Amino acid sequence: MKHLLSVDDLGGRDGIEEVFRLTDSFVEVGERQIPKVPALRGKTIVWLFYEDSTRTRLSFEQAAKRLSADTMNFSVGSSSVNKGESLRDTVQTIEAMGVDCIVVRHSSAGAPWQVARWIEASVVNAGDGWHEHPTQALLDSYTIRRHLGGVAGKRIAIVGDIKHSRVARSDVLAFSTLGADVTLVAPPTLLPPSLDGWPVAVTHDLDAILPKCDVVYLLRMQRERMTEALIPSLREYTAGYGLTKRRVERLDESTLVMHPGPMNRGVEIAAEVADLPRSVVIDQVRNGVAVRMAVLYLLLGSGVDLQ
Amino acid sequence: MAERERRSTPPFGGVFVARSRVMERDDINRALWRMAHEIIERNHGLDGVVLIGLQTGGVPLARRLAEALDQIEGHPVDVGSLDVAFHRDDIGLRPVLPEAVTNIPVDLTGSVVVLVDDVLFTGRTIRAALDALTSFGRPRAVQLAVMVDRGHRELPIRPDYVGKNLPTRRDEVVDVNEDGVDLGEMVKP
Amino acid sequence: MTIVLRGGRLIDATGERSGDVVIGDDGRIAAVGPDLSADRVIDASGCVVAPGLVDLHAHLREPGNEEAETVETGSRAAALGGFTAVVAMPNTDPPVDGAGVVREILDLGKAGLCDVHVAGAITVGRRGEQLAPMAEMAGLGVRLFTDDGRGVQDSRLMRRALEYASGLGVTLAQHCEDESLAAGGHMHEGEWSSRLGIPGVPAEAEELMVMRDIALARLTGGAVHFQHLSTAGAIAMVRAAKAGGLRVTAEATPHHFTLTDECCAGYDPAFKVNPPLRTPADVDAVRAGLADGVIDAIATDHAPHPQEAKERPFDEAPPGMLGLETALALAITELDVDLSAVLALLSWSPAAIARIDDTHGGPIVEGRPANLCVIDPLATWIVDPSALASRSRNTPYAGRRLTGRVRHTFLWGEPVVVDGEAVR
Repeated sequence: MKHLLSVDDLGGRDGIEEVFRLTDSFVEVGERQIPKVPALRGKTIVWLFYEDSTRTRLSFEQAAKRLSADTMNFSVGSSSVNKGESLRDTVQTIEAMGVDCIVVRHSSAGAPWQVARWIEASVVNAGDGWHEHPTQALLDSYTIRRHLGGVAGKRIAIVGDIKHSRVARSDVLAFSTLGADVTLVAPPTLLPPSLDGWPVAVTHDLDAILPKCDVVYLLRMQRERMTEALIPSLREYTAGYGLTKRRVERLDESTLVMHPGPMNRGVEIAAEVADLPRSVVIDQVRNGVAVRMAVLYLLLGSGVDLQ
Repeated sequence: MAERERRSTPPFGGVFVARSRVMERDDINRALWRMAHEIIERNHGLDGVVLIGLQTGGVPLARRLAEALDQIEGHPVDVGSLDVAFHRDDIGLRPVLPEAVTNIPVDLTGSVVVLVDDVLFTGRTIRAALDALTSFGRPRAVQLAVMVDRGHRELPIRPDYVGKNLPTRRDEVVDVNEDGVDLGEMVKP
Repeated sequence: MTIVLRGGRLIDATGERSGDVVIGDDGRIAAVGPDLSADRVIDASGCVVAPGLVDLHAHLREPGNEEAETVETGSRAAALGGFTAVVAMPNTDPPVDGAGVVREILDLGKAGLCDVHVAGAITVGRRGEQLAPMAEMAGLGVRLFTDDGRGVQDSRLMRRALEYASGLGVTLAQHCEDESLAAGGHMHEGEWSSRLGIPGVPAEAEELMVMRDIALARLTGGAVHFQHLSTAGAIAMVRAAKAGGLRVTAEATPHHFTLTDECCAGYDPAFKVNPPLRTPADVDAVRAGLADGVIDAIATDHAPHPQEAKERPFDEAPPGMLGLETALALAITELDVDLSAVLALLSWSPAAIARIDDTHGGPIVEGRPANLCVIDPLATWIVDPSALASRSRNTPYAGRRLTGRVRHTFLWGEPVVVDGEAVR
């Protein structure tokens, strides 16, 4: 496997399970006294983040360092990128310095695919516009597997701004590939224009579905959506779709609450709810490092495919 | 060891075909018993001794060796397992995925680690294991116990406890299993 | 020097016949008939001799964006595509909203390899606020007005434009796009845009304005020409409007009858265009409309962009595709109509809409200006972007095998393309 641009690049359930097995090993590595292995020694990985994201970048950075890889950060604000250098010129310049992998985050859907066409190095999609965020979906799936024993057959509700969410798109792909039952919960204005071909159920009624969930996955509600006439107010959103204390009481005991972060406490999730034991957001972050180690190792360390 | 060997030598992913049996099951048991005594003798007892089996062939042997040690000395011995996939020197040259999770139940600082593997060949796996151990503390000493030493060392590694010395051709394959030790070759499936 | 085109099959609006064509020294057709001779012989056997093609819709980018195309390079591309006349769109920099820029482009066009006609803007600066001096521009020969790149958003202003234009003997054309619905979109809104995570433009953004302009045409008695129609809904409305006796005409581009929104799946901005590539059902509707005459003409919407611009991320790249050199072959290869119908759509029908049918679009008879093309309808070729005459390379058809090639093009009797190569 040369690139991870979409969840689909892993080739289905078997590929995702392989990532999970590797992730188990890297979770163990993280628990060692010296949580570091020389597996990617001599490899250079570059962070090319056109969109601000300290947490995702740090998670990748931790993963790379634990694999003994060298890293470089291409800081968009201060570079020739803002002087009008094209994306193509930027990535080809970076590659010329001798890198093995470029991890790209960009506000334009499809940018990682274009980057992969222009260079020989491996490309990891760390989030492209509204489109995909495959490592997030992998760590989300891994977290569910660790807490509930697996993903197949689990009933997962993804709640919130599906339309603009790359996390939602990648999660839908990963969860359904692993055999889960996925339901999207959102007001009509926050759903994509067409759900043809999406392996999901859809509902506008959060309260009805809560008692029937094994996982409630909350998406971040951004304030900008109000100015685009998509929702009248954050208050109205929370009333209809926020995971309030009252709503949490209707959940089954073992139901997990998840969120990709950063959380808007008081909007999509009540402050007290975010701190309940069933809210596994911290685990998601912790697993994120191990999952990203698995991804980087698969792309750069596991050698030539000898099929 | 056989599984790793299978995957990293041509024909990659082939099938092992045995040509001759070089040790029977009873021979293995006797060897384990002898090696256990040697470990106790060498270390003047079992104080601080930790057995670590290398995935996957060394793990069952480590367990059986620990049972033998316990029987002889009446002293339970800590056993761990170690997968060296991330410490190999051929990463990037061939597909290398860990077979199983590493589990080292104790802090190794000050201990006497006895690495246990089924077959000692080039020595590269042991080098990787020595590298991996450094992540778990600083042992007082590291010793090596193998059921079969088949020669063809590529690094300055030597075993402390050997079940059987077995001269082999480079293209031959040694398989240690429940019923005994077989010498054979890899055949393309 | 007189030229005879020998042994070809002649196709024009009057029908098909075989015969030779002699082009006289005066740039007009001197004779048509069997076994003719002249100073220079051009062998047209196996080929079709037709009136030169007319493009209602090409962006020549000059003045203002010469790195993408110039009037000269655009006219060369046109001639190689069999066009003897193109109507240059007014979204230049500065825009064509007054006599000055009209004159500038007409002057540049004099040295061109095809007749360059100029479309004027409907509103000043194409800003959609105030009518542009259409009479002044018409006085310089401008026959078609559009704010292309944009549609006129304000209904009252469009009503006034229709009323004013009807007294001038010109054609008002509309790029139908309701900007409040289309805002932020970069491809067709539908199954594919949802999957790809790209903000979409719903079909209704086009349909709303078509609906409005049909109503305004009815209200004012004016005539309106719809540019680059792409949706089944809009085409159905035009069909009904024509059946109701309204004076509306329509054009469609080759990419809207050959490509769908699925092409955007690789995020290659080569497939980004406005109006966007639509669904297979829309493509079928465009083909049907071209076959039964609801859509009167094929226009290229030739839109050159520098390579760097088309290598930006999908949502940042400018929309538009080249079209002059591939239009005829795409029509021959992909449309299920005979060559005569193809030529109607590309030659005499657009000539009439552009009101230049006195000099372009045939018929091939003695005395008419010799604006002709000679086509080999069976020749196959592969589209190679680097071999195109345009200054830019942004064609979505790179590597595609097409049937139908222009061998020669004559502009007012002058051979501008001979054996598939431009003479200058």
